[in-house]
Amino acid sequence: MDLIIEGIKKAFYLLITFDPEVMGITLLSLRVSGTATLISLFIGISIGATVALSRFPGKRFVISLINTGMGLPPVVVGLFVTILLWRNGPLGFFEILYTPTAMIIAQAIIATPIVMGITLAAIQHLPEKLRLQILALGATRIQMVWILIKEARLPLLAAVMAGFGGVISEIGASIMVGGNIKGYSRVLTTATVMETSRGNFDIAIALSIILLLLAYVINSILTSIQQRERPR
Amino acid sequence: MSESTPILEARDLEVNKGGTITLKVPSLIIQNGEILSLIGPNGAGKTTLLQTLSYLQKPFQGKILFKGHEMGSNHSIIEYRRKLAMVFQEPLLFDTTVYENVASGLKIRGMRKTEIRQRVMDQLNRFGIGHLGFRSARTLSGGEAQRASLARAFAIQPEVLLLDEPFASLDPPTRESIIEDLETVLRQTRTTTIFATHDRLEALRLSGQIAVMNGGKILQVGTPEEVMNHPLNEFIASFVGVETILHGRVIKRDGGTFAVSISDQRIEAVGEAHLGEEVILCIRPENVTLSTHLSHGETSARNILSGRIVKITRLGLYQKVYLHCGFPLVAYVTNQSLDELSLVEGKEIQVSFKATAVSVIRKGNGIQK
Repeated sequence: MDLIIEGIKKAFYLLITFDPEVMGITLLSLRVSGTATLISLFIGISIGATVALSRFPGKRFVISLINTGMGLPPVVVGLFVTILLWRNGPLGFFEILYTPTAMIIAQAIIATPIVMGITLAAIQHLPEKLRLQILALGATRIQMVWILIKEARLPLLAAVMAGFGGVISEIGASIMVGGNIKGYSRVLTTATVMETSRGNFDIAIALSIILLLLAYVINSILTSIQQRERPR
Repeated sequence: MSESTPILEARDLEVNKGGTITLKVPSLIIQNGEILSLIGPNGAGKTTLLQTLSYLQKPFQGKILFKGHEMGSNHSIIEYRRKLAMVFQEPLLFDTTVYENVASGLKIRGMRKTEIRQRVMDQLNRFGIGHLGFRSARTLSGGEAQRASLARAFAIQPEVLLLDEPFASLDPPTRESIIEDLETVLRQTRTTTIFATHDRLEALRLSGQIAVMNGGKILQVGTPEEVMNHPLNEFIASFVGVETILHGRVIKRDGGTFAVSISDQRIEAVGEAHLGEEVILCIRPENVTLSTHLSHGETSARNILSGRIVKITRLGLYQKVYLHCGFPLVAYVTNQSLDELSLVEGKEIQVSFKATAVSVIRKGNGIQK
């Protein structure tokens, strides 16, 4: 019991004194996962909307692939990104394995299907006739897609939450492609694992609290936007 | 382009969905400023026709000419669509303010903000929703939402307005007031309009031309009078509100009039028919007169029959009386007449209608199912 109380006390000390190492880890986590989420929004929304709005043979198969991708195991992503970026791998010449860039790539790969799947469902869920109405108003195809995305903005906020939530708490891929290098590629989750295995529960608890807080703050902001927008 | 070039013309339109032909219109011509109603039951092809005319339903066969020109490339289809506006049965408003909704068509056209504001405010006021401009479209009642949808359509000042049963899901008082406003706006703007509805009274009220549709085909096009008084076939007759449709055989001809035998009764009608020919007679309920005592010589009505009242139902301001005079016949009477003649179910009564009130469909005119 002492262990836990002592740990929590020390954790709060680290937090309120803005311990430089803890802060550095936190900021890197935000930067990596934030960038990865942005990339995944860009790719996921455009492809998700395109698939939702086009008719082609094998569409069901593509949709089931995307939905499967929503549950992509991070370690599998980590493995493949590692192989691709390995020194003599196909993309080894970029020399970005064990860098934050590699982590962003891996996390973007994890988040993209999540955003894509939710976008697809959200756009498909809009009434079919809305599309006709937009075209009847004289919209080009691009204008129509843009209007539909705006119409689906609330479910798309859920996509942002799910994507960011998925990657900020992800560990397998980050540790494999980032290497958990102190002061360089160490993020909240990888640091928590390492400190726990070393028995440094105080730091591990402090990092976990930050992780929880981050998840809470970001989701509550998005939730409040969502709730304000839709009063019914 | 000459004066007489129709604003919109369709030639040999055909839409084929999975092997069934859902639309087959050899020719449809809409003149500038005309209001054409498409009437017909659900599934008649009204929506398909409107969506095909606006290139929303593809693919189709045939030609659509706008002011004599055919659309080809994607670009010109968008240019063409920007001259049209369409209002659907559902308001289909966007999840934003009423103002933004009404402005949406103008924004799509890249119009300047100051100009948009002027046009949007004009339309909001015109449709009586000026005070709702900054409300969320999601908080509107059904009637307000449909007004916003109409305002959005008129904001782009369309050359052709397509209305796809825009009032079908509104309650009667709301529908009445919106139709009144639409009527006023159409009179002011003289916008060429194609108005699909299954309500023949709406059609009569708004349009100069009526096209009756069924099974993907246009069965008859004409002025309301032509379609109502001279329906080309039995289906049209029943759809435009002829309550009594009788099948009989011509038994006598006499210079412009002829007599038809129906269930041992004789009905006189005006027109040409051969002896022995099978014809269909249509009698509108408003043309049937009921009286307690009547004999030939007291009236110009050529048809006087004895009948019995089978049933009386109330139709708002008047009553619908079902009669049996050897064959079933329906008449409308006012509440006053009902009282004065003490009409009750089971009562025997004299029934009369003029020979000119009988419209005749000769079987050669292709009977629809």
